[in-house]
Amino acid sequence: MTHHHDITQEIRVPREVKKIVLAGNPNAGKSVFFNAFTGMYVDVSNYPGTTLEISHGRWGDDVIIDTPGVYGISSFNDEERIARDIILGADVVINVVNALYLERDLFLTQQIIDTGVPVVVALNMVDEAARQGLSIDTAKLSEMLGVPVVPTVAVKKRGFEQLESEIKRARPGHLTPGLEPLLKTMTGQLNNQGDVLLTLEGDASVAERHGVEPGKYRDEIYSMRRRWVNEIVSSCVKEVDQGFNFKRFLSGMMVHPFTGIPFLGLVLYVIYQVVGVFIAGTVVDFLENDIMGAYYQPFITDLVGHFVAGDSAIGTILVGEFGILTMTVIYVLGLLMPLVVGFYFFLSLFEDCGYLPRMAALMDRVLSSIGLNGRAIIPLILGFGCVTMATFVTRILGSDRERFIAIFLLGLVVPCSAQMAVVAGMLAGLGASYLVLYFLVICTVFIVAGTVLNHVLPGSSSHLLLDLPPLRLPEWGNVFKKTWKKSFGFLKEATPLFALGALIISIFQISGILTLLQKLLAPLTVGWLHLPREAATAFIMGIVRRDFGAAGFMTMDLTPLQTVVALITITLFVPCIASLLMIFKERGMKQALLICTAIWTIAFIVGGLVSRLVAAVGMGNITGALLMVVALGALGYIILLVCRCILRPAEGSKTL
Amino acid sequence: MITLDRAKKGHILRIVAIENPEVRAQVIRFGISEGEMVKCSEVIPAGPIIICKNRQEIAFGRNLAQSITVDLV
Repeated sequence: MTHHHDITQEIRVPREVKKIVLAGNPNAGKSVFFNAFTGMYVDVSNYPGTTLEISHGRWGDDVIIDTPGVYGISSFNDEERIARDIILGADVVINVVNALYLERDLFLTQQIIDTGVPVVVALNMVDEAARQGLSIDTAKLSEMLGVPVVPTVAVKKRGFEQLESEIKRARPGHLTPGLEPLLKTMTGQLNNQGDVLLTLEGDASVAERHGVEPGKYRDEIYSMRRRWVNEIVSSCVKEVDQGFNFKRFLSGMMVHPFTGIPFLGLVLYVIYQVVGVFIAGTVVDFLENDIMGAYYQPFITDLVGHFVAGDSAIGTILVGEFGILTMTVIYVLGLLMPLVVGFYFFLSLFEDCGYLPRMAALMDRVLSSIGLNGRAIIPLILGFGCVTMATFVTRILGSDRERFIAIFLLGLVVPCSAQMAVVAGMLAGLGASYLVLYFLVICTVFIVAGTVLNHVLPGSSSHLLLDLPPLRLPEWGNVFKKTWKKSFGFLKEATPLFALGALIISIFQISGILTLLQKLLAPLTVGWLHLPREAATAFIMGIVRRDFGAAGFMTMDLTPLQTVVALITITLFVPCIASLLMIFKERGMKQALLICTAIWTIAFIVGGLVSRLVAAVGMGNITGALLMVVALGALGYIILLVCRCILRPAEGSKTL
Repeated sequence: MITLDRAKKGHILRIVAIENPEVRAQVIRFGISEGEMVKCSEVIPAGPIIICKNRQEIAFGRNLAQSITVDLV
């Protein structure tokens, strides 16, 4: 019974090859070591059910496997579970430790040592530690841990040769004092010391794997380990006071609302200028029209034309208006890829320099009122790039409840960049009052929908508990590598969905369902929204591609009121077919249908209400806009009360 | 004794009790356990409380902070 859930099965490492595993806290500098050891030849494998990519590469005859950065190994989140499984299956662990935060990092070190695996410690960032007045006794540290300790400066490649030669000398270290008797209590039940340790620490999934009960010693073992690590640190580290620290000052500025919100605004403005204006405009135009439209599309249409007629059913599916080889390829490569790369670049940049957790801390207050915590700012911002990508990224959120709320709000209120460009263009011609109206309505719907969901969904959302790593200048190599890895991971996941979406739309088109849907929708658009009949076509096209929908209104002769009603409805209306499929993939059939129905209903109700209210109170004055917000707010409040009355007694019986 | 959400910037605090066992296990890794001394380095109005321990900063959501008991030193 010594088998682990072995990551090496995922990445196909032959049994006889030695597995060297890189482990460490987030931001300890693991990836720099990994890149230095493996060079160009790196494979990336996705761990099932997560957004996590595990890199591995050859080093001589052995294989080096990277792990996600964690503070400890158990089952608190995906990162920990994966790191745990990889470490339990390792032959040698290179534990990268940040010399600045030994109290924290050595907890993981000691936990890894307690699993019994041979360890060598890379004591990283020793230069920065010295600069901050820390003097660390490496020999003493090595003696107390019982494993080799090599001082390194990863970004300057210092200490690498010594580390390579010390890998041979890696050995199991000294157990946390007091742990051994506890480990002995399970001898005979499990063979592997790591499994025994994690079972005693109450790790339910490890215990279940071996058919034993999880232990109740977590608090006890963690406290013993904490005391031991504190003792090691106080024996090995001498500290000189550091005085004023500019980074600390900047960090405080970023999280305090008075200074932090303007700073966040500035950051978002830069993202908007780079991704929203430059990439979504110039780059996408160039790729989509000048490259894909001018060269690729004629080429592929012509090529396919040799085998099947372009206007036949198969021809339409392959190279028609929504063809798998035309629309999917052009859309994914020409439009989606540059946007995704742009957004992931900023995300990686902020992650690397330490701004991301501060942004989350700043936004926690606002987001907690709609049942999310500060972390949700990441998918919400990504949503303005591509809702499909943002839906995918909601996996980082702490609970199922938060993922549901975030996916719902993304589908309902967040317009993706493609759509935003068209919406902004059309609103610009209408004047300020309509622009204000549009924003007020969308924001009100966002707040009301979030608040309602937070009240009616059972359970509670996870709390914010975030480590704020020190701010630092970005490591560009790291940023680019991360951008590439994340973009590739997403595109790999999403491309089949876009292809499937294109296939569905083509079939609808060939079979006439598309026209039928447009006809069915017409009474609603004319009777309720007071829009022309053709608007129904735009709504249906909005499912194909959100910007198609909005663009459809441009060619119609609409009054300003009709335009704004149409834009509000289409913004709230379902996301594009790829994000729809992503919602189905992430939430399952039942919930996805529920989400879509709710979004459709809300979109049309709000659209019609705006149309009627504006007609009643007039437009272009403050009173009108205020009345609108009050009306929507009141409506939301009524919905909230009704939901409360209906759902309170049933709470607990409804599971999500 | 107060709960952590009542702390003010600059306060030095001793952790008395952390209610939630999961949270207790997670923060002990950061070096924060019952009996340890920490400093409140920032309070975001109505938002998270940031505490500092050995040069490292950790943000606690306000609800979470309400479940942590501390002593003002």
